[in-house]
Amino acid sequence: MDGVSVTFTVNGRGVTATVDPRTLLVHFLREHLKLTGTHIGCDTSQCGACTVHLDGKPAKSCALLAVQLEGAEVTTIEGIAGPDGMHPMQAAFKEHHGLQCGFCTPGMVMMGIDIANRHEAPDEVTIRSELEGNLCRCTGYHNIVASIAAGAKVSRAHARDASG
Amino acid sequence: MYPFTYHRPASLEDAKARLAESEDGRPLAGGMSLLPTMRFRLASCADLVDFNGIEALAGIERSDGDLRIGAMTRHVAVAESPEVRAAIPALAALAGSIGDVQVRNRGTIGGSICFADPAADYPAGLLGLGATVNTDRRSIAAADFFTGLYETALEDGEIVVSVDFPIPERSGWAKFGNQASRFAVVAVMVSRAADGAVRLAVTGARSYVFRVTEMEQALVANFSEEALEGIAVSSEGLNEDLHADADYRAHLVGVMAKRAVRDALTR
Repeated sequence: MDGVSVTFTVNGRGVTATVDPRTLLVHFLREHLKLTGTHIGCDTSQCGACTVHLDGKPAKSCALLAVQLEGAEVTTIEGIAGPDGMHPMQAAFKEHHGLQCGFCTPGMVMMGIDIANRHEAPDEVTIRSELEGNLCRCTGYHNIVASIAAGAKVSRAHARDASG
Repeated sequence: MYPFTYHRPASLEDAKARLAESEDGRPLAGGMSLLPTMRFRLASCADLVDFNGIEALAGIERSDGDLRIGAMTRHVAVAESPEVRAAIPALAALAGSIGDVQVRNRGTIGGSICFADPAADYPAGLLGLGATVNTDRRSIAAADFFTGLYETALEDGEIVVSVDFPIPERSGWAKFGNQASRFAVVAVMVSRAADGAVRLAVTGARSYVFRVTEMEQALVANFSEEALEGIAVSSEGLNEDLHADADYRAHLVGVMAKRAVRDALTR
């Protein structure tokens, strides 16, 4: 099968590649770009460990073809830290021990950022329902929920300062 | 995945031409069912025609008595649309109950109804609201569109362009979702039109969506939960799997029907 040329942006950097149309975005990120922070946790598009932001919205990179991304902007877990270090959502996961084995964490953090973007002050019920598409096998979710609530608070404060 | 040639047409005409040229072409909408199915090698095609670049197929329009939703409109757009929330709140609730955030950001109404999964939500929405499916060549009533397990009335190469929903007086949605996949174990859409006509459609319980006439008649006389008291649905022919046996699904139809009516009365 002929390769298809595709040009898009990953973490602000332009990428042009010729790929087999069968290549999933998650495989392209991990194997072609060596961005292995995005994880593959299941084979059924249910676990959300592969969540990235596609044009600013969370999507499962295991259910997208790389060739579909012509002109798109993709952000992965590697692309969220600022010049001062960790993204506030990452810092909140560290502070609140929002992980055990850490395998689901990249997807949880990407989803947490999206939740913070869309909800003013997300409560526990909101966060749990928004995490429908992200599975964790270790934590029982309690500290993940606490991390996202705290991360959302700090993100809002940062946004206020920036616009301030 | 088996190999295929990828096409990204910019217009419906272009897409139709690509599909017509191919001996084994398939449209790709949101891809939330098709791509995983292709990954498992349960589906394959020679030509994959990606509809995601056809902007004219996405959008929501309200006219006098109808809501028209373009085939490539994503679930999140329906769930968050002020027009849908105002006109048919249960339809917005249905769209917001599909899968999860990530799936709703990609999945489309056209893709969902063409795939016709027996546990998908939109088939109940279309049948329970008396919708009409517009294709590139004709209009098909929802009742004639869904014809079996993963089967629709679509002809070879026929493409869904939009869905028209008549705006009802009341609408209600209730879903008992599978805990892992969020597909419906049983879900019910009920609506009452201004002329008093009632539709009650069930998804997840049989090989494809169906109406429950006995419940509809009871609700025409008295649109309340109490009207459904004592109306049992036979478990014969209902789906059985590791999530629920037929008797349990039959029970759930009754429970979800009542919840849908309550939902309709409180919106």
